[in-house]
This record gives sequence, structure tokens and C-alpha cells, in this order.
Amino acid sequence: METVSFILFSFLGALVMVGSIGTVWSRNPVTSALFLVLNFFALGGIYLLLEAQFIAVVQVIVYAGAIMVLFLFTIMLLNLDDEQALKEKFDLQKGFGILLGGVLLVEVLYILGLKINLPQKSTTLTPVEIGEAKNIGRELITNFLFPFEIVSILLLLAVVGAIVLAKKNFSPNT
Amino acid sequence: MTDLLQLPLLLSLTLGERLALMGVVLFVLLTSVAYTVYAERKIAAAIQNRIGPNRVGFDLIPQLGFLKGLAGLGQPIADVLKLLFKEDVVPSASNGFYHLLAPMISLFAALTTIAVVPVAAGLVIADVDIGVLYILAITSLGVYGLTLAGWASNSKYSLLGGLRSSAQMISYEIAMGLSVVSVVVIADSLSMTKIVESQTANPLYWNCFRNFLGFICFVVASFAECNRAPFDLPEAEQELVGGYNTEYGSMKFALFFLAEYANMIVASTVIATLFLGGYQVPFWSDAPWWLQVGAFVTKTLFMMFVFIWVRWTIPRFKYNQLMDLGWRKLLPLALFNLLLIAMGVLIFEA
Repeated sequence: METVSFILFSFLGALVMVGSIGTVWSRNPVTSALFLVLNFFALGGIYLLLEAQFIAVVQVIVYAGAIMVLFLFTIMLLNLDDEQALKEKFDLQKGFGILLGGVLLVEVLYILGLKINLPQKSTTLTPVEIGEAKNIGRELITNFLFPFEIVSILLLLAVVGAIVLAKKNFSPNT
Repeated sequence: MTDLLQLPLLLSLTLGERLALMGVVLFVLLTSVAYTVYAERKIAAAIQNRIGPNRVGFDLIPQLGFLKGLAGLGQPIADVLKLLFKEDVVPSASNGFYHLLAPMISLFAALTTIAVVPVAAGLVIADVDIGVLYILAITSLGVYGLTLAGWASNSKYSLLGGLRSSAQMISYEIAMGLSVVSVVVIADSLSMTKIVESQTANPLYWNCFRNFLGFICFVVASFAECNRAPFDLPEAEQELVGGYNTEYGSMKFALFFLAEYANMIVASTVIATLFLGGYQVPFWSDAPWWLQVGAFVTKTLFMMFVFIWVRWTIPRFKYNQLMDLGWRKLLPLALFNLLLIAMGVLIFEA
């Protein structure tokens, strides 16, 4: 069983890497988006290996199934074939990207290099039970109710913001 | 052998048995696609007061001579052979790789959904705890096939068809998801087998009666997800030639065709499982497994008939009507139903 999960992990990990490199590397926006879908799909598989079935499926439904479809939809609608048209005028974004990437890299190296003991939460549940939808749901609306509601409000605000942006001039008849 | 035929099959299957079951289910699914097309043409003919296909028999094989011209039953085989031998034309302006990938994704999504649908008690390819979510996940991936087909063909008709299909599927997925939630609330589980068990053998407890509004919402949404009339805007002939499959021919077109009908059959099995009591035989809770398979197939065939019946009797929606129905009627209805069901469960369980 160990070897099976090791082979699966190697395969899925390779897919995740191919997916992420392909997303950044490819010239064609559609190819890029599809590599990202591959990445999400393989990541879902890795969650499954960790016995987190609920998160695995939600990963596929939300990211691969809904968000990326909208991305693809937008790319096709705008017909972004020419990569040059997308080139940013200023390099602030690039600089910020490097900064964020650097911070993440330092964090990862810090954890790996110093071999920090990651926080271990003591629980009586087995990994399979933790992954079950019922237990995740119970935790979310008992112990983590406040963060859960905050995230809901954040999402609601994003929806309201999108409507405001889409409907610039409100008139009672439209 | 007699023991095997009489006991309700409740023991879990080994890996080999699962693979064998997968082979059987896929074989039945793929062959029944051909005859679903035939059934559709026959039923359409009956509805429109025509005869329908009645020529092709099995004349080529002498041993089957007695079947000559038998109600056109050889028609599906002739159609498949014709598609197989056609030249595969790839438009020069298209994106070759995605042009090939798109029908594959469509068929993949259509065929993998069936894995979690139980055909009898314990007789299921993969009895996962999150079966319902798995179905939602795979159907939401199916949209890539049509969208990519539209984009890769590099034709305005195909692109419009692809865009329409993705917009439609995203819109109706929400109502579909909410009606699935109401089913999950009643069953208190995400596993397909447990959802069927919770409906018991008494037809009055089946979800199509206990959860009537959810049933209506789910059926309408699955019509839209399958791109079947009255929601077949992605391939509206009068406006878009063939829609997303305009630039497809020969076997690639056949794959789309196969996927469309496989989708319809799989949607019927899912509706039967979630709302019509799945493999439950009415008033006989521990029926032998072959009877349960029979009950399951009967319910599926009934839903498939409804799919065909609706297609040939109800005209196509306009695009604004489609969006209006999805967002402003079906979504509030599904939400209201969820509220109703949740209250009902609270009252009756307390």
C-alpha cells in the first residue's frame, strides 16, 4: 500500500509541477488556463491521498469546475490570442510579484532549514474521519464560526463589488 | 448459484469484481447509446406522426436473414459504421491538439460519472462517501469539452456555441447543486448508497414525493446540463449551424454524439438514484439483487423516455428566457425548497 501511494504521489506531484510550470511558461492564454486546470485536478488527487476526500472534491468543483471555466470564458470572449497585447505598462506588479515570491521562498527555507516542529493538533479522530464532510462542517460552524462568517462576508462584499462595477450608473428602470 | 441469485448483495466487492462491474456497466452504457438514438428517432417519429427508421435490418449476415428490415433495428450499427469510415477533416485554421482533446474530455466526463451510481444494494463500482459531490465535480468538468471545441474550431458558430454552453452550465449548476443539498439534508449523507437506502422501499418515501420541488429543480437543471432541448441553445441549428460541433466530422463528431447521449443516460441514472428510489423495489426492501437491477433499469428507462418526450414536444427557449429561468426562477425556487426541507427535517426529527 505504501508503494502504491508513493507511486501515485510521484505521478500527481509531477502533474502539479508540469501544470504550474506550463501555466507560467505557455504563450497561449488558453493553454495557460488549461495547464492551471490540470494543476488543480492533480492537486485534488493529492488531497485524496491525504484522505481529505471532501477538500479534494471541493477543490475540483470550485477551482477546476467553476472558477477556471469563467477564466476560460473570459479569455475566449476577449480573444486574447496576442500575448503582447497583455504586456503591462509598468513594472510595479512584477516587482510586487518578486517580493511576494521571495517572502514565500524565505518562509519555506526557514521551515525546512530549521526543521521547526509544526504545530500538532491533538485529536482523537483518525485522518479519514477528519476528512469527512460531516466533521469539517461541524468544526466550521462551532470552533471556527467567526472566521467562517468573516470569509462569507468577504465573499458577499466581492459579489456586491462586482455588481457595482458592472452596473456603473444605477437607474431605477434597469 | 441459487444462493447468489436470492441474497440481497450487501457485501463489499473486491478490486477485481469492481473492475469487472466497470467493464459490464461501460459496455451496457456504450451499446445502449446506439439504441437510445434509435429509440429517440422512433419516439420522435411517433410524436410527429411519421414512421421513422424502418429499413436497415441485418441483411448482410445470412444467418440473421429472418431479421431482414426488422423495424430498422440495424440502423444504429449502420450509422456507427458510416461515421467510422468517414474522412477525418480538421479545419486548417483550427488548433489541432485542442480540436482532438475536446471530444475526449466530453466523453471522459460522461463516462466517469457512472462510477458512483449504485445499480443494486452494494453493487457499485466505487462506493465513495462523497458520491454526490463527485458527480457535481465531474459534470462541472464536462463543460471544458464543449467550450474547447468551440474555441479550437476557430469558427464563429462554434465559438458562440461553446460560449453558450459554458454560460448555461455555470448558471444551472447552482440550482442543481442546491437541489442536491436538499436531498443530502434528508438522507443525512453524501453517499449515493445511503441516499438510496434512506428512501426505503415504500414509494411514498421516495424523494420525488418527499422533495417534490427539489425533484423539479434537479430535472430541469439536468436537462440544461445535458444541453438537451428545450435547452439546446449551444447547438441551435437555425442560428449556429451545428453549434460547438460545426467543424467536426467522422469519429470526432461521433464522440460528441456519444457523449451527449451517454450524458443523457447517466443523468437519468442519477435522477433515478437521487429521487426515484434508485434500486429499491417497491414494497420489497430485501429483494434479490437482479430484481433491484431490474427496478433501477426500469426507472432509468422511464427518465430517458421523459428526456426524449420533452425534446420533441417543447420548443427551444430564447437565450434571455434561458438565463431568466435559471437565475430568477429556478435558483430562488431551489433555495426556498432547501429552507422548506431543512425545516421539515428539523420538525420531524425532533
